[in-house]
Order: sequence, then structure tokens, then C-alpha cells
Amino acid sequence: MDLMKIFIISMLINNIILMRFIALCSYIGMTNDVGQSFGMGMAVTFVTVLATAATWPLYHYVLAPLHIQFLEIIIFILVVASLVQLVEFYLKKNVPGLYAAMGIYLPLITTNCAISAVVFENISLNYTFIQSIVYAVGVSLGYLLAMILLAGVRQRMRTSPVPKFLQGTPILFISSSLIGMAFMGFAGLIK
Amino acid sequence: MKNLWKVFKAGLVFENPLLILMIGLCSSMAVTSSVANGIGMGLAMTFVLLFSEIIISACRNVIPNSIRMPIFLIIIGAFTTIVDLTMKAYLPELSKSMGVFIPLIVVNCIIMGRVEAFSYHQKVLPAIFDSFGMGLGYTWVLVGMSAFREVLGNGTFLGAQVMPASYQPILFFILPPGGFLIFGLFMAFNLWLKTRMSRKADAKENA
Repeated sequence: MDLMKIFIISMLINNIILMRFIALCSYIGMTNDVGQSFGMGMAVTFVTVLATAATWPLYHYVLAPLHIQFLEIIIFILVVASLVQLVEFYLKKNVPGLYAAMGIYLPLITTNCAISAVVFENISLNYTFIQSIVYAVGVSLGYLLAMILLAGVRQRMRTSPVPKFLQGTPILFISSSLIGMAFMGFAGLIK
Repeated sequence: MKNLWKVFKAGLVFENPLLILMIGLCSSMAVTSSVANGIGMGLAMTFVLLFSEIIISACRNVIPNSIRMPIFLIIIGAFTTIVDLTMKAYLPELSKSMGVFIPLIVVNCIIMGRVEAFSYHQKVLPAIFDSFGMGLGYTWVLVGMSAFREVLGNGTFLGAQVMPASYQPILFFILPPGGFLIFGLFMAFNLWLKTRMSRKADAKENA
């Protein structure tokens, strides 16, 4: 029950993009079509879960016993960056199909804020390992959902008359505001 | 000197990181629900940007091109840690209300982008001007947005009541969707200003 709650809160109620404004750069930059945003979302999901699985034990079994928690930021960033690189090598060699589908997105997510936010929060929220993994999955699926939603809206927008002063990026933020208002309705799911 | 001024002004207006380059958006909307947060975030960001640009531009001949990214990250990470720990020690309230966004300065696109595009190829002095321009360009947009959001959504400015007591605060502006809306309108305003300015310049040329 507790895990379910974490999942729903992280995916819908506290949606990482629409409610917490993390990872906006890719949200605006990578949603030109639905396929692209789906690929990006899947790559982020994959790496976030892997990074959580790597950083949680690292913090609790290496950094905490040695009392060097203050190195958290530097070490986690390095872990995420090298993990992305390793995943890229591995996929290229062993799973070329998957690499072709999301390979080009992998270098882009080295500094994706969604991943870094999740690995830092797993520590600051004091989650257990299982809770951290569930949290990572929830957050990144929320990311995927928001990406696909905006990509869909953008596709429709191409054929609709947008007021001149809002053309280009401003209208994207206005529509995100409206999507965000709809997401506020999810707050009722959990008491 | 004139060139330095130009670099400074580019960050402030013509290449404003938030409104024109559109980088570093994540933190800008999350922290602007109150003016104090906006100022704090802007200054923290300017500090990290300033020192990272100085160090990287001073070491630009020593850093090998092929592994520059991890080195940049370590330098930026070190200054972010300094800001994070300092704020936790001396401004615990502010640090708490900004939460994860202080550690996230590390991956803020503004810093990475400026370091990669500017200070890695420039001398120290232009890098200092660039970091001030970009940092203050970021700060003024944050303060502007948070002023709108706090006054409309809470009726206060920096915590002091400014709206008449009968004013019913529009909670929407404090909530996340309000941030998107205000940012979209800021951007539209900036575009309008830019086209107006360039049209005026054109008219001057023709006359």
C-alpha cells in the first residue's frame, strides 16, 4: 500500500515536469513529435532506475560509513555520467535494436535534471532501497507521460491559429499551464 | 572595455539565458513562488557561475579537450557544494524552501552551457563579465516573475502585506500552473519588446 502511494504521488500528483518544473529543458526541446518524446522518455526511465540502483547502495554502504556524505553531489553526478556512457557502450555492442531506438538520446540525458533529482531525493527523503526504486519508476513514468502529452498538443497546434504574440515558445508554456491545471485534479487520489 | 560591456549586456538582455536562450528553465519556475526565494536562487547561481567560469577559463590550456566534461562537472560540483553547505548553515529556512534546487545547480544548463560555449575559449576578464551578465540576467527575470506571483497569489511582497486587506489572493499564481502561465507571458512580452526595438532601429536607418 505504501509503495503504491509513493508510485501514484510521484507519477501523477507531484508530476516531475508539470508540478515541480524539473527537466523542463528536454520537455520544451524534445517534444517535436510523439515518437521522439517517447524515445526520450524511455531512455530517461531506463537510466533513472539504473542510477537509483547504483547510487543508493553507494551512499548507504560507502559514503555513510566513511562519513563523507558531503561528497554526495560530486560523486552522484560522476556515477550518473559514467553510467550513461557504460549503458551506451553496452547497448551498442549487445542490443543494437534498442540502441537504434534510444541511442541518440542517451548522451543528451547525462545532465538531465530528472535523473539527478531522483538520486538526490532518494537520499534526502530517507527511502529504503525498494521505495527508492518504486519512486524512480514513478517519477520517470510521470516524465514520459508529460512528454507525450505535450508532444500531442504540439502536433495539434501546428494547424491551429495561434495569436501572433504567443507564437513559438510562449504558447507552449501557456498550454503546459493548462495541462498542469488538469493534473492538479489528481491531488484528490490520495488523502 | 567596450567589448566587455557588450558581453555583460548580452547576458542581461539580448542573450538572456531564460527568455532568449531558454536554458536553465527548471529552477526558474520552481523557486519563484516568493521573492525571497527568487533572490536567493539568483545569487546562488551567480556565485557558482562566477567562480566556475573564472577557474575554467584560467585552466583552459591545461584541461584536455577529450575529458573536459567530467572536469567541468567536478569544478561546478565543488562550488555547488560550497553554496549548498553555506546556505544550510547560515540560511536554513531559505535552504529548506528551495530544497533540491540548490544541488541541481550542478546540472543547470546555464552553467554548463556558458562554460562550454564561452569561458573555455576566453580569457579570465571576459569570463568574469560574462558570468555577471548571465547571472544577473537570470536573477532579474527570477525577481520579476516572483514579484508578480507573490503579489497576485499571496498579496505580499518579500513577506510584507502590500495588497489591501479586502484583496482575495489568487492562489493559482503560487501554484505550479501559474508559474508556467507567468513565464509564457514574460516570454511573449520579451518577444514583443524585441520586435518593437528592431522595428524602431529599422525606421531610424531608413529615415
